Amino acid sequence: MAADIQAPPFREYPTIPVIVENSMAHSKPYVAKPAHQESVGFPGELVENWQEVAVAKLGELVSGSRALQVFLDTCVKCGACTDKCHYYLGTQDPNNMPVARQDLLRKVYRRHYTFAGKYFPKLVGAVDFDEEVRDQWYSYFHQCSQCRRCSVFCPYGIDTAEISMAGREVLDAIGVGQKYSNEILGKVHVVGNNLGLPKPALVNTLEGLEEDIKDDTGVDVRVPVDQKNADVLLITPSADFFAEPHIDGLIGYAKVFHQAGISWTLSSYASEAANFSMFIGSKDNLKKVAMRIRDAALDLGVKRIVVGECGHAWRVAYSFWNTLIGPFDFLDPKYPAPQHICEVTYDLIQRGALRLNKEANDHRRITFHDSCNVARASRMGNIPGGQFLIPREILKACANHFYDMAPETIHENTFCCGGGGGLLTDDLMELRVKGALPRMEALAQVVQEYDVDTLVAICAICKTQFAKVLPYYNFQMNMITSLHQIVGDAIQLDTTH
Amino acid sequence: MILTVIFAILFYVAVALFSIGIVRKIVIYSKTPQPLKIPTTPAPTTKAGVVWRLFKEVTVFQSLFKANKWIWIFGWLFHFGLLLVLLRHLRYFTEPVWFWVNWLQPFGKYAGFAMVVGLLGLWARRFLVDRIRYISSPSDHLMLLLLIAIGSSGLVMTFVSHTDVVALKSFVLGLMYFDLQILPDTLALLIHLALVIVLLIIFPISKLLHAPGMFFSPTRNQVDNVREQRHVAGWSAKP
Repeated sequence: MAADIQAPPFREYPTIPVIVENSMAHSKPYVAKPAHQESVGFPGELVENWQEVAVAKLGELVSGSRALQVFLDTCVKCGACTDKCHYYLGTQDPNNMPVARQDLLRKVYRRHYTFAGKYFPKLVGAVDFDEEVRDQWYSYFHQCSQCRRCSVFCPYGIDTAEISMAGREVLDAIGVGQKYSNEILGKVHVVGNNLGLPKPALVNTLEGLEEDIKDDTGVDVRVPVDQKNADVLLITPSADFFAEPHIDGLIGYAKVFHQAGISWTLSSYASEAANFSMFIGSKDNLKKVAMRIRDAALDLGVKRIVVGECGHAWRVAYSFWNTLIGPFDFLDPKYPAPQHICEVTYDLIQRGALRLNKEANDHRRITFHDSCNVARASRMGNIPGGQFLIPREILKACANHFYDMAPETIHENTFCCGGGGGLLTDDLMELRVKGALPRMEALAQVVQEYDVDTLVAICAICKTQFAKVLPYYNFQMNMITSLHQIVGDAIQLDTTH
Repeated sequence: MILTVIFAILFYVAVALFSIGIVRKIVIYSKTPQPLKIPTTPAPTTKAGVVWRLFKEVTVFQSLFKANKWIWIFGWLFHFGLLLVLLRHLRYFTEPVWFWVNWLQPFGKYAGFAMVVGLLGLWARRFLVDRIRYISSPSDHLMLLLLIAIGSSGLVMTFVSHTDVVALKSFVLGLMYFDLQILPDTLALLIHLALVIVLLIIFPISKLLHAPGMFFSPTRNQVDNVREQRHVAGWSAKP
């Protein structure tokens, strides 16, 4: 815990904080080094004619995206979104109001691409892309976790995530990328996962994990890698291989597959579900990273692809994979492609294929955090909102004590953990702590009312972020738990097979 | 007579700019590809579901209702009032007047108040709420001022100093059938019409584009069926 970073106090009543101008103008992530920039196809450092390049890139992006075209035109500045962003609520910086964040880009677009902005810039607030604006972009487009909460409330569905992705892409195009995201992407291209974990290390780790499970349960539960002709290829965030509490989730998946008798495998070539290309809006990287998964699936000859607990990865998988790397005509048509691990577990529970002992989780009083990308950018199951229903039904099937947080903070209204969208880096710690405020307030309420001691999430970023920020709000960092740890603990292994 | 000619020319120009501008924008919106599926979920899984979602957005401002009750009540008062007022105005464009326009007449008259009250509420928020003050440009204030002036000048003619509506109607019909008739030169009417001309001209180059734009918003109009039906467009359609 950094001593100089203070969590904002909980609000006694749900009041909307007043604006404090420029209170977060100093917050900026480290700039990517030339090697990181070039490894993902961007100029190494600020290009000479950056203003021209930026304006041209912006025009190109808008003409290729109906979303940007419509979003930049239609905002009426009604103010509906102004109190919806967790970063605004936690920092009070007015540029963290979604509309103001969009305006950072909109004012440049207007100046160069609209009649009103070209001839009456002052009237409509249009400005040139100068150094000051560039700095504002770098600062505030890295204070958006692309959680889409604003888009739920906007009368036109304007999604600030699309704007901040475009802003970051323009910045990348002029050579001012963000170190965290671009460095990680470079590793995926070369090694196959965000952590840069090579195959021997991965195999070693998973063997150790198998031994741990054996020690714990006395049962041989396999965690296979590169097993040809397995039925299921599991694509999971690499944090699941050794971060806490992620790894207990991985053990949970293994137990589910084991008890259901499903043959499965990980891939050392595509050992990463995360795809940070989405955060920086880079379509080329997005496709290239996703393609590793198609290649691995074909190479291993699997029949199904299942995705582990990861928020933005599930968005990329559910919403983008079929577009980017489909069609999946080589997979078994009986199953959705791709399928979420929660869908798999839920189906097995429905069919009675898992032996669960709820009492095994009696020492826990559980609440569930809806991860933003799962909640507002994807689905599980056949019905809209299945992404809310399925994880909760799994929890209720595996535990006796489950309590939801306040309705205005869950489901599609869920608050981001504060670390999504490529912001899960130590150089943005102040932002991450402050941005967690609304979620922590909702958590405090169920802790007080129901003695909740376990915060379950289905996203690698949420898990890491909570483990880091919970202590700032005087909660135990080990409150945060993987959903499949709850499942794994409830599964009665010895009575089967 | 000179006034009549000036207004007639301005109306033709304004209607032309309005129509061309809006059609151009609609063409741009429909031709610009949306390469990825980005509906804000939970989203409908069928086309009919999307129509229902958009219908609720257009008629009762569903998302805005979730967001903020004050903006919703003022915004809805204004838009619903405007709708009734516009329908009532059809009486100046039709001969004989359609029967349902006659039915609407009494409601349409008073809807003008709802419209102006809504606008005043929205404008007050631009001064009173610090967050909305921060995001307001001069154009945001002027747009409300323009609409309030149009509404008030209309109310003045309906309830305070009447204009010669029979002569006005023959002027309007004359414009439509290219048979120019004299425009009554009541001050309130001239102000009202001049401001409407300004509104028509700025519509396609301003935030008023939210009217056609909202039907094209991918977060609202896309079907959530991407696993079942492969979606490609623009760059994502290229191999």
